[in-house]
Amino acid sequence: MVAAPRPWERHPVVQARSEAGGAGMPSPSDPPAVLEDVEIELLLEGVYRHYGYDFRNYALSSVRRRLRYLMLSERVRTITGLKEKILHDPEALERLLLGLSINVSAMFRDPTFYRTLRTRVMPLLRTYPFVRIWHAGCSTGEEVYSTAILLHEAGIYDRCRVYATDFNEVVLRQAREGSFPLKQMRAYTENYIAAGGTESFSEYYAVRGDAAIFEPSLGRNIVFAQHNLAMDGSFNEFHLIMCRNVMIYFNPTLQARALGLFRDSLVRLGFLCLGSKETLKGTAQEATLDDFDGAERIYRKVRG
Amino acid sequence: MISTAPSGSIERSEGERQVAPKGSGMSVKLVIIGASLGGFDALKVLVGGLPPDFATPVVIVQHQGASGADLSGLLQRYSKLPIEDAEDKAPTSPGRISLAPAGYHLLVELESFALTTEAPVQYARPSIDVTFESAADTYGVGVIGVALTGAGRDGAAGLARIKQRGGRAMVQDPGTAQRREMPAAALGAVDVDWVGPLAEIAPTIVAWCRGDAQDRPSRRMAQRESVPRT
Repeated sequence: MVAAPRPWERHPVVQARSEAGGAGMPSPSDPPAVLEDVEIELLLEGVYRHYGYDFRNYALSSVRRRLRYLMLSERVRTITGLKEKILHDPEALERLLLGLSINVSAMFRDPTFYRTLRTRVMPLLRTYPFVRIWHAGCSTGEEVYSTAILLHEAGIYDRCRVYATDFNEVVLRQAREGSFPLKQMRAYTENYIAAGGTESFSEYYAVRGDAAIFEPSLGRNIVFAQHNLAMDGSFNEFHLIMCRNVMIYFNPTLQARALGLFRDSLVRLGFLCLGSKETLKGTAQEATLDDFDGAERIYRKVRG
Repeated sequence: MISTAPSGSIERSEGERQVAPKGSGMSVKLVIIGASLGGFDALKVLVGGLPPDFATPVVIVQHQGASGADLSGLLQRYSKLPIEDAEDKAPTSPGRISLAPAGYHLLVELESFALTTEAPVQYARPSIDVTFESAADTYGVGVIGVALTGAGRDGAAGLARIKQRGGRAMVQDPGTAQRREMPAAALGAVDVDWVGPLAEIAPTIVAWCRGDAQDRPSRRMAQRESVPRT
């Protein structure tokens, strides 16, 4: 893989330093965050070489934020202190993996998207004898179960297989259980209705304590598996790929890799769904995938 | 809280401020405006005061509910510059006003934006602190942060980070704000470079981005200020 451009080379402080003819010679008045960026780089490189998890092409601004949180909870004062801890303690690595994945999700997040999926995409999926769907970066599974409900209501669940993947085994374990906090159900019910749902949403789950356990039949055709968009390749051909609000944590290099992977993993006329503020604009796949629903960020592979 | 307002401390900090030497290339890279309650009326005035040839990227973080009204469309009526919701990885463009979209935090990368769906910070998503801090980390001295009207204290910590990294902080005079809590919290947390009435914010931003920073209009303004001293 081609080495990523080094972001700090374009950092205004570094630029100004080299313009002043003193490249690499830090001045005492330099703000400290540039050093921190170097430390982050070293930490991510170490994690990749020692453990094989590649976060080197995650968006720096969000990695920085996550690592600062982790510094607080790990009670270390510097990123270098964090690096020491993580490289020597596999349990600290587990906490890093959790810390670097943003597991804030919701059922029927962006109801207008799910309404469009229901009204425009489901009728087309119905025309296939068998449908393969990939939820990439599925986190704790809220959106996977939302899709399963749409498939069920479209009457095609039994001829679908949903592959739900995430790099993080901890969140996958949670997702497999199909259990979500009961206190969210009011908001999820509202989302479901806003997304065009007409059934009684509470029929889909059973209440156990403070958890809503979703109908096991909804999970029957879902395969939860580990897959890392930064490192792993294509594993099947899909009619629908959903990867919503996952690539926002990637830098453009990694985003391009993932989008290429999706393009290669779609059947002709297959659909790719992104988050509502994500776009193919300015990426290489702008030319290979067509807008199917511009507002809802649903794209379609029309060629090849 | 206002007793800690920095009308005195502005003077004190004058000697400590990191001032970019002229011609060092440390021009303003980004102007970030944070607003909460009462923000729309203030933003109308502010964006209306930016001339059509204004050439620095502008970011607005206005607190809003998860669904969000069409804030960019509504504000566009008052601005000669194009206003739109920031999309993930969209480039920061000179003379464009980008809005943090409802339901996301807006982070600043070199020459582009990155969004995150992390949990709300102090009940806000978008959070002003998150964007201020991220811009400070990325652009250091090249950032101007502006705190406008609002309840709560979002923006204060972020503005402190901007100052710590050598950027500049402007605050709307709490006495002229629809809600004074947020600008007052910012004044309490930061030795600001400038505090003044809403109508003078845009002209000051324009002057600073043009490179008039050495003139330190801040001082003149600060001394005319009406921040109560006790």
